[in-house]
Amino acid sequence: MWDYSDKVIDHYRNPRNVGKIDNADAVGLAGSLACGDQLKIYLKIENNIVTDAKFQTFGCGSAVASSSILTEMIIGKSVDEVKKITNQDIADQLDGLPPEKMHCSVMGYEALEDALKNWDNYTDLDEIRNETPEKIVCTCFGVTENMIWDAIKTNGFKTVEEITEFTQAGGACGRCKSIIKDIIDTYYKKEAEETSLSPAQKILKINNIIENQISLELKKDGGDITLVDIDGNKVMVKLRGKCSGCKNSHLTLKAFVERTLKDAVDPNIEVIEV
Amino acid sequence: MSLIYLDNNATTKVDPQVLAAMMPYLQDEYANPSSIYDFAKRSNQAVKEARGVLKDFFNAENEKEIIFTSCGSESANMAVRGVLNMNKNKRHIITTKVEHPCVLNLYQALEKEGYKVDYIGVNSNGELDLEELYEKINSDTAIVSVMYANNETGVIFPIEKIAEIIKSKNKETKFFVDAVQVSGKLPINVQAIGADLVGISGHKFHAPKGIGALYVNSKTLIKPLIIGGHQERGKRAGTENVPYIVGMAKAAELAVDHLKYEATEVKRLRDKLESNILKNVYNARLNAGVINRVPNTTNIGFEYIEGELILLHLSDLGICASSGSACTSGSLEPSHVLRAMNVPFTAIHGSIRFSLSKFTTEKEIDYVCEKMPGIIEKLTNLSPFQDELEALRKLRS
Repeated sequence: MWDYSDKVIDHYRNPRNVGKIDNADAVGLAGSLACGDQLKIYLKIENNIVTDAKFQTFGCGSAVASSSILTEMIIGKSVDEVKKITNQDIADQLDGLPPEKMHCSVMGYEALEDALKNWDNYTDLDEIRNETPEKIVCTCFGVTENMIWDAIKTNGFKTVEEITEFTQAGGACGRCKSIIKDIIDTYYKKEAEETSLSPAQKILKINNIIENQISLELKKDGGDITLVDIDGNKVMVKLRGKCSGCKNSHLTLKAFVERTLKDAVDPNIEVIEV
Repeated sequence: MSLIYLDNNATTKVDPQVLAAMMPYLQDEYANPSSIYDFAKRSNQAVKEARGVLKDFFNAENEKEIIFTSCGSESANMAVRGVLNMNKNKRHIITTKVEHPCVLNLYQALEKEGYKVDYIGVNSNGELDLEELYEKINSDTAIVSVMYANNETGVIFPIEKIAEIIKSKNKETKFFVDAVQVSGKLPINVQAIGADLVGISGHKFHAPKGIGALYVNSKTLIKPLIIGGHQERGKRAGTENVPYIVGMAKAAELAVDHLKYEATEVKRLRDKLESNILKNVYNARLNAGVINRVPNTTNIGFEYIEGELILLHLSDLGICASSGSACTSGSLEPSHVLRAMNVPFTAIHGSIRFSLSKFTTEKEIDYVCEKMPGIIEKLTNLSPFQDELEALRKLRS
């Protein structure tokens, strides 16, 4: 059994402000029948003040309690005050919710946001969005995009299942699984881009390897090498000393110089003697 | 407020006669049955006698076919892993989509270990697709595992027929039956049904928690899960849990005596509760077909209401029931059984299981029948689906 606070129990036993408002100024909806919970909230707004609020909820005890207390929290408040309410505020007002039930408070927050979005007089929609601190991906467990991003970064997760196991995201209704997949793909795409070299970095790295590794090796046999130019993956070099004119110079170039650069920098590198 | 316990598929009250039978072995008769002195003879004899009672309970051929375990989950794990570990070359398993989570989770673990598992589906009455089962059996199939009856809906599966199907396709395939939900409700006759392994759990039929049994027929070899001493003929090491073994044997005796009462009186009370709710609550529907169910179970879906909320309100009246609904399990997933049966989304989250026992009284059922419509009406008024409910009310009135 859940460890519900006395306040949660009081609110699901005796829910306040149940029903609908016929001429509501704003109606908000969150959740769905398939997910197992849905909240509809009706607001009466006069002179920027919420004068009345009613709700209808399909959901568990904590969903009803979250909806019920939310109506109490907003009646008599200005729209500006109401739009600052977060899901954590709803949970706090209920003296806390079990972690698995936090999505119920998120549903309250979402229904409220939806109602304000639908309110004719409310034009400053971006403000709400900007004040939303983070994008929530999994509404069931209130898991944000940043939390998922951090989980991937810290633990190197590569699958949706790993994310669900670690953060719970996607573990309930599963609607957000495709979004989680996108976040994983984006993360690794970005990581790949970050680890690939810029043209300038590539030139520096090739030059470094030629000077500090390849040249030193060739000098042992009385030869040498200098970098002439780089064009994309084409590396132009000049062989010097004993190497120039050596009948095995082609072999040196391909099997040693090109091999070394391919392994260290880019498998597509081609070394050309000029 | 007195307690009305209608969650007997979850666990049952220990019968006072069972407790009385156990008490000597919790107090003075504490000897290890394996010891050599005279003092140990009585506990050794008690385990022997209990094994005889369980032999009769299963209608097994031989006492050697009974292994005492700690619970239904252990019985299932021992049966399935025991058979697989004995037949290492076979990698295919068949089970159903509606097994108890303890069995389903075992199969998911085996899939990760490289086994191929097929899950047979059910129709909207909860009945198994036997053709699909026949199709799936092949020469690589090590074991088929089917529950005798479903714990959520009470639907009984045609075990005898399933055994025939299995043996007609592959004689070497072993058949494990999870009989946890029928023990004490239906007679179990392992010889008639043709199962190779059958598991039960004591606390579902008025023995305490922590004791179970597995029938393994003499032709079926299994590798033990717990290695140690020679107990249970080397099949399950660990000093015998004498008081609980004695308790389960007593419970088994009482259960056999009560089978007729289950089939008549418990069934009558279940039917009364069920028909009353279906008659007086317009948004109630029966999840499962009416026939072929264990006599104590009913699963009713209340449309457009969420199950946990119903249970909380029942609990306020001292009534204990359970829900396959999302919010009670912690996983937030609706019941896998009801989903497999394609119970509509309107009802799947509001499904309540009532499971009775021989201790359930007419007065208790009458009280639930009296209170149920009011609770549902109160919660229906909370629902955002008022238009849909109104349409439903017109349709069913």
